[in-house]
Amino acid sequence: MQVKVNKQDRKYEGDPQMPLMWYLRDELGLTGTKFGCGVGLCGACTVHVNGKAVRSCAMSMKDVAGQAVTTIEGLSPDGNHPIQKAWRAENVPQCGYCQPGQIMQGAALLIENKKPSDEEIKSTMAGNICRCGCYQRIFAAVKAASKEV
Amino acid sequence: MKSFKNTIIENVSRRDLLKGVVSAGGLVLAVQFLPRDAVAGQNAAAQYATGAGGMPGGAVWDPHVFVSIATDGTVSIITHRSEMGTGSRTSLPMAVADEMEADWSKVKIVQAPGDEQKYGNQDTDGSRSIRHFIQPMRACGAAARQMLEKAAAIAWSVPDTEVRAENHMVVHIPSGKKMGYGELAAAAAAMPTPELKRVTLKDPSEFRYIGKGNVQITDMRDITMGKAMYAQDLQMPGMVYAVVARPPVVGGKVKSFDAAAAMKVPGVLKVVQIPATPAPAKFAPKGGVAVVAKNTWAALRGREALNVTWIDGPNGDYDSDTFKAQMAANARKPGNVERNEGDVDKALAGAKKVIEREYYIPHGHHATMEPPAAVAKVAGGKAEVWACVQSPGGTRGDVAGAMGMKEADVTVNVTLLGGGFGRKSKCDFALEAALLSRDMGGTPVKVVWTREDDIQHGFYHSVSYQHVTAGLDANNKVVAWRHRSVSPSLMSNFMPDPKRESALELGLGLIDTPFDVPNLRLETGEAVSKTRIGWFRSVNNIPHAFAMQSMVAELAAELGRDPKDFLLEMIGPARIVDPRKTVTSELWNYGDPWETYPVDTGRLRRVVERAAKEAGWGRKLPAGHGMGIAVQRSFLTYVATVVEVAVDKDGTVSVPRVDTAIDAGFIVNPERVRSQVEGAAVMGLSIAKYTEITFKNGRVQQSNFGDYRVLRIGEGAMDVRTHIIANGIEVPSSGVGEPGVPPFAPAFTNAVFAATGKRIRNLPLGEQLSA
Repeated sequence: MQVKVNKQDRKYEGDPQMPLMWYLRDELGLTGTKFGCGVGLCGACTVHVNGKAVRSCAMSMKDVAGQAVTTIEGLSPDGNHPIQKAWRAENVPQCGYCQPGQIMQGAALLIENKKPSDEEIKSTMAGNICRCGCYQRIFAAVKAASKEV
Repeated sequence: MKSFKNTIIENVSRRDLLKGVVSAGGLVLAVQFLPRDAVAGQNAAAQYATGAGGMPGGAVWDPHVFVSIATDGTVSIITHRSEMGTGSRTSLPMAVADEMEADWSKVKIVQAPGDEQKYGNQDTDGSRSIRHFIQPMRACGAAARQMLEKAAAIAWSVPDTEVRAENHMVVHIPSGKKMGYGELAAAAAAMPTPELKRVTLKDPSEFRYIGKGNVQITDMRDITMGKAMYAQDLQMPGMVYAVVARPPVVGGKVKSFDAAAAMKVPGVLKVVQIPATPAPAKFAPKGGVAVVAKNTWAALRGREALNVTWIDGPNGDYDSDTFKAQMAANARKPGNVERNEGDVDKALAGAKKVIEREYYIPHGHHATMEPPAAVAKVAGGKAEVWACVQSPGGTRGDVAGAMGMKEADVTVNVTLLGGGFGRKSKCDFALEAALLSRDMGGTPVKVVWTREDDIQHGFYHSVSYQHVTAGLDANNKVVAWRHRSVSPSLMSNFMPDPKRESALELGLGLIDTPFDVPNLRLETGEAVSKTRIGWFRSVNNIPHAFAMQSMVAELAAELGRDPKDFLLEMIGPARIVDPRKTVTSELWNYGDPWETYPVDTGRLRRVVERAAKEAGWGRKLPAGHGMGIAVQRSFLTYVATVVEVAVDKDGTVSVPRVDTAIDAGFIVNPERVRSQVEGAAVMGLSIAKYTEITFKNGRVQQSNFGDYRVLRIGEGAMDVRTHIIANGIEVPSSGVGEPGVPPFAPAFTNAVFAATGKRIRNLPLGEQLSA
């Protein structure tokens, strides 16, 4: 099957049931997509499929055949997407592990809804767990980025 | 992977270190001036004594170990502690850079491999990184600065007194001549390290970075671009992947399994049995059956096919409900006296009123966002490990022991840690990788833990039952305080089960009870360990503080007093509380000298007063809101928290605001102190509302974030205000990573009481308000 990852066409011939996350991480070495729970509960593996945020652990290769996948590595060529800049300005990360998933979720939100309300930010980001507890700053960064996009 | 590995390899050999930077001489010389048993206070460059010298490897401050300079001026600074989110990987090199007048934009941070002989203690645990290493790292930077100045003075043939290091250059003051650090690198590297008594630290007024909060964590850009490397992300040529089916009951064994079924899964390479280690097993793997495969997915599918049956062993009867009842029964009986002042029995007998309360705090689990993972390559009599370990030095020793090798033949490389919280100070996952790589004939093996593996095979925060009895006299003054703590000990990992808290655990916020009560007795009751108990961020401070700070609020309510005023009255006047003469065995003061870090109730009072003031304690609140306060000295730091809750009609509790005052001595990186306090509120709220690990038939009943619920965004603690007590450099820096956690849960339940009149004595809150 064919799948487009970060604008590059890829051919995949393995187990169609393999979750997209393991393909990205193990086969393509795109390890910015993190493994956190494997069952769609934590959001660490969030990527965009056709511009929408999905949990790559809960999506099989069969499901993404022919689709366009964007990972954190493909979000911005220079790492200066407004949300990445906001993340740095707000000093969001502690350990950093969940942050690519948070950033991808936040970026997808801003594609869909350029001026989300506070409640919309919280409800959209609620699928992404941060055990270090950076929520206050995650919220601030998404809000700040929404003023830039 | 390659660049990461190269960094580490460069790091191992100082001679090669600079090849990866730019060619030239660095401050390369391996001498360790600080005697291993010396406390820092005996040195002129240090202003106070710490317990750093008492830790394995002690403290090393030699710039020849930590600093190298390339000819282009790039300054490489080694960071020897693990980074799990507290920021120490940045903050300690920042202190070196500041003292050596290095320009932070020209500093490169290099992570040290596990080698405590060379770098000093690396056990990133106990909120010790800044506390133990701010002085050695300042001395290291200052010595490097003096070596650069000396090199310039010699080059210019001028007296030492005429030169001065300034922002990556040395200046000849009379002439204004300048030489960059790159130019001076080789000559400075040839300098001997000055004697510590001749090392001159900066005056704090000269600091560029220390205390400023103007330096961003070094991995910020990589993190936001998905480039930061954690152990789960490791890849290297020829690497294979493994997952392990582990016995669901601690001490259990494999009875049978279907290797053939697993081998039929495409991509599965081998099925390997890992032996169990009898207790006390320290950090040895639990044992089980590993499936090694070409990728993680195949390994996971292979594991499903194994169909293992287990022999449970004696812990198969572990049941949280039964155990709670046993602990309660033991908490109601006289226990071992651990500290005794006055005569509690007599005072209780003569009290006008006796109030007795019990509190229960369940097992908890770290659930780091990165589940444990490690890669190992064991071949040719040598082992190399890459892992997210908090204790690379300890891991090196444990791998050497497991492999029957000398430590010199073991290299432990440290990745970033996707959270630690104490879980990753146990290196069982790295040992699994080493065993499997050896079994695979030297192929690099990555052991991946899933979230289910993580939650079901952890080292759990200990379950605890706390029984507190207070006696009031005719004037409603508390004249007796008896606190009995019952909790299985984490020492059961290391020795035959002591069946009660050890000195180490009592030191975590019980033995140093600061209350001004004339008759005071602290006791422990019996509790056996039926699972693996481990450190969890702030450890036994959580149950101890929950009981003490709830009880104080309960007494205040009983007496119709303001909880904050009553708390201050319980603390009593500003003084040093010295339990050393009244403890039965030993007083463990977080491994640090009492003289540097006594129990100072003046500081305790001050954080209570500050948090209350900032929170607007006593202000009029909307209907359904309530405020609670709690304080705890932990990790030698004083933290008070005021939590405001809002409880709606169906019993749902939110936390609109948190005010936390922290006195951690001199603050090296206030920006990261704030992030730790904010994070501690989130973790504290998880503990207060949600997190609970329970056992049935010896098995953990939770498996993923669906049934092990942790706080999500918007569920409270979104407005955490951190109030840092300002201290001069002369006030010893103390812990920051953990101390924000303990006061949170009691401040929360005290607030719930204020809002609803319902007292929560069993954590977590769960559905107790809607029931």
